[in-house]
Amino acid sequence: MYKYDQIDQQIVDERVAQYRDQTRRYLAGELSEDEFRPLRLQNGLYIQRYAPMLRIAVPYGMLSSRQLHKLADIAAKYDKDYGHFSTRQNLQLNWPKLEDVPDILAELATVEMHAIQTSGNCIRNITTDQFAGIAPDEVIDPRAMAEIMRQWSTFHPEFALLPRKFKIAVSGTKQDRAVIQAHDIGMEFYTDSSGKLAIKVWVGGGLGRTPILGSVIREHLDWQHALTYCEAIIRVYNLHGRRDNIYKARIKILVKALGIDEFKNQVEAEWAFLKDAPNTITEAELARVGQHFEDMPYDALQAHEASFDAAVASNPAFAAWVKRCVHAHKTAGYRAVTLSLKPHGSAPGDATSAQMHTVADLAESYSFSELRVSHEQNLILADVKLSDLLAVWEKARANGLATPNIGLLTDIICCPGGDFCSLANAKSIPIALAIQAQFDNLDYLHDIGDIELNISGCMNACGHHHVGHIGILGVDKDSAEFYQVSIGGKQGNDASIGAVIGPSFAADEMPSVIQKLIDVYIKERTDEERFIDTVRRLGVAPFKAHVYAKDTNEATA
Amino acid sequence: MSNLIKLNGETASIVENEWTCVNLPASQAEQRVQAGKVVLFKLTGEKSVTDEQIATAVIPATGKVIVPLSVFIARKNSLESRINAGEIGVWLDTHEVLEQLIEHQADLNVLLIIAVHVERFADGRIFSLGTLLRSRYGFKNELRAFGDVLKDQLFFLKRSGFTSFLIRADRSAEDALASLHDFSQPYQGAVDEPQPIFKRYHRTA
Repeated sequence: MYKYDQIDQQIVDERVAQYRDQTRRYLAGELSEDEFRPLRLQNGLYIQRYAPMLRIAVPYGMLSSRQLHKLADIAAKYDKDYGHFSTRQNLQLNWPKLEDVPDILAELATVEMHAIQTSGNCIRNITTDQFAGIAPDEVIDPRAMAEIMRQWSTFHPEFALLPRKFKIAVSGTKQDRAVIQAHDIGMEFYTDSSGKLAIKVWVGGGLGRTPILGSVIREHLDWQHALTYCEAIIRVYNLHGRRDNIYKARIKILVKALGIDEFKNQVEAEWAFLKDAPNTITEAELARVGQHFEDMPYDALQAHEASFDAAVASNPAFAAWVKRCVHAHKTAGYRAVTLSLKPHGSAPGDATSAQMHTVADLAESYSFSELRVSHEQNLILADVKLSDLLAVWEKARANGLATPNIGLLTDIICCPGGDFCSLANAKSIPIALAIQAQFDNLDYLHDIGDIELNISGCMNACGHHHVGHIGILGVDKDSAEFYQVSIGGKQGNDASIGAVIGPSFAADEMPSVIQKLIDVYIKERTDEERFIDTVRRLGVAPFKAHVYAKDTNEATA
Repeated sequence: MSNLIKLNGETASIVENEWTCVNLPASQAEQRVQAGKVVLFKLTGEKSVTDEQIATAVIPATGKVIVPLSVFIARKNSLESRINAGEIGVWLDTHEVLEQLIEHQADLNVLLIIAVHVERFADGRIFSLGTLLRSRYGFKNELRAFGDVLKDQLFFLKRSGFTSFLIRADRSAEDALASLHDFSQPYQGAVDEPQPIFKRYHRTA
């Protein structure tokens, strides 16, 4: 993974000093609330319901063991001994003290980490596929370009105070795993007909209050122009985005209002001036950064491993875990492993300090001391030998990290919700826990099969509910917490926004509502159909009919 | 005590303000509400100045003055000799459109100063305006930020091509000075340093 040189280190060190002074001035009354807010937000610090929340950047989801050990130590020293991995592949601390944040940042800087631009109206952490560099279906490893874009976007002076937040995702696979169509800018790297690295650029996607999938603004962009083309897009947005109304301030609203053709015309007109400007990426820079993402020193292994096959055959629990949590790798004899942060009964995406240390140790012992965070809020060991899988599983299981539910109903994407977040209309974690309790039977979960259930506590959609096969949105109805349910959302190349099935439900109804949706699917599915396929074939109607059918027993009870 | 910071190359110092800013007479703009909140930012290109304001704006008869863009455009004929004498600068708001200035003043370098007024510091359009004035329209003279100009945005303003900064009256320019050097080696190319870090240094992996 990328390692800082002196220049990178100096920037984060100077940032710590800058933010320390900003915090000091705020506490001394020299900065007003309104003046401090954008400053702290651009450093990932929210003032939440009960305490501040600090969001630490994990650029494109890559972490070293050393970094994760440090995060665990910080969570123990400055917080309540746990952290929350977010859908932007970042780590959130829920209980830091505002006055401790400069010290936390100083500690982060010692392991080449920071909280720069993890919130606020600026370019946020760039996200990508958690299997970047090792996926068999990968065309281009997107991480070098992601790192080049991270550096370019860090304290970009022209885009320091945009109309609203700005999220970029990059992907280098045929099957998108980075939800690029739900981003302000999505970049899909591919090899063009002349064999060169090229980029398909999407713009104007986003979830939130007005979910819109992105439009293609350019089918083919030479990679050298990635930064200047982004500058053209963001300049048009910076000048013409709706600053008058926070709910209409995202680029998607501008793209929608102008239409993609007119928006593209304006961007291309701007780019005519920017093309080949100094920010054009050089071969040398791509090569330099690319060196940090070269293949691990893999052993030459056989595609099969007898001890692994024997363990799968003799140990059903291990076999179930392998089925759900172990993923293909481009190198023979290696696999990627997802460590589930979704054990039934605890907040999705949370990890205790002890668990973080365990994962860091596992990465050290079995996966070249590196790991990744997925936008589904799990942790990934990307390079594990087949012969080590049993040992990894045993250690993970002993630490509550081996729930074999990846891609299943209880692998819920969930925002912190009303338990922590001051934006939330409703709690989301208790809904996730109740659903996990309702479906706390692994055989049944495996029978239901691949399904994505996403929960957001408000329309800001941090839990990506719009693209969940089942999406749950917390809403406020006369100051009471209710939940709106949608089905048919999907991430990936064939992404779609889910359709709301009808009036919202009280919290205690939610497990049975999900149960009814699953019942319809089980009844109607054909042999090979996943939940999403059945929804797409049948539409919302049969699901809606069953969920809202008058239950005669209840009516008379 | 002046609150004006001026850059001269890499050296910044607090200097006396030689320019008098002409303000538009107050208008009775209605407060607008969107999504339940008072609208704080005008839309780019939104007409915000009335003919009456333009006509009644008082321009001092002598000395160096910075006039509003709308006044400059409407009353340019009467200012011609003073423009040529280098006594007239132009200021615009962040929601105003640069093309209007260019349309009426093809050679910007006749103006010794252009100033951009930022009503609220969170309005990042000022950075694009500065960048465009420098890189697109070739403006070489003093480029000033005034209004809600605070210490924490100075670094970005400087990088976007601004060379003078009239710090908000209730804040100390002395305190703000240091922030021009918050970061010693920025990553990306911008107006003040067009080359990105990877073209300025030989970085080893």
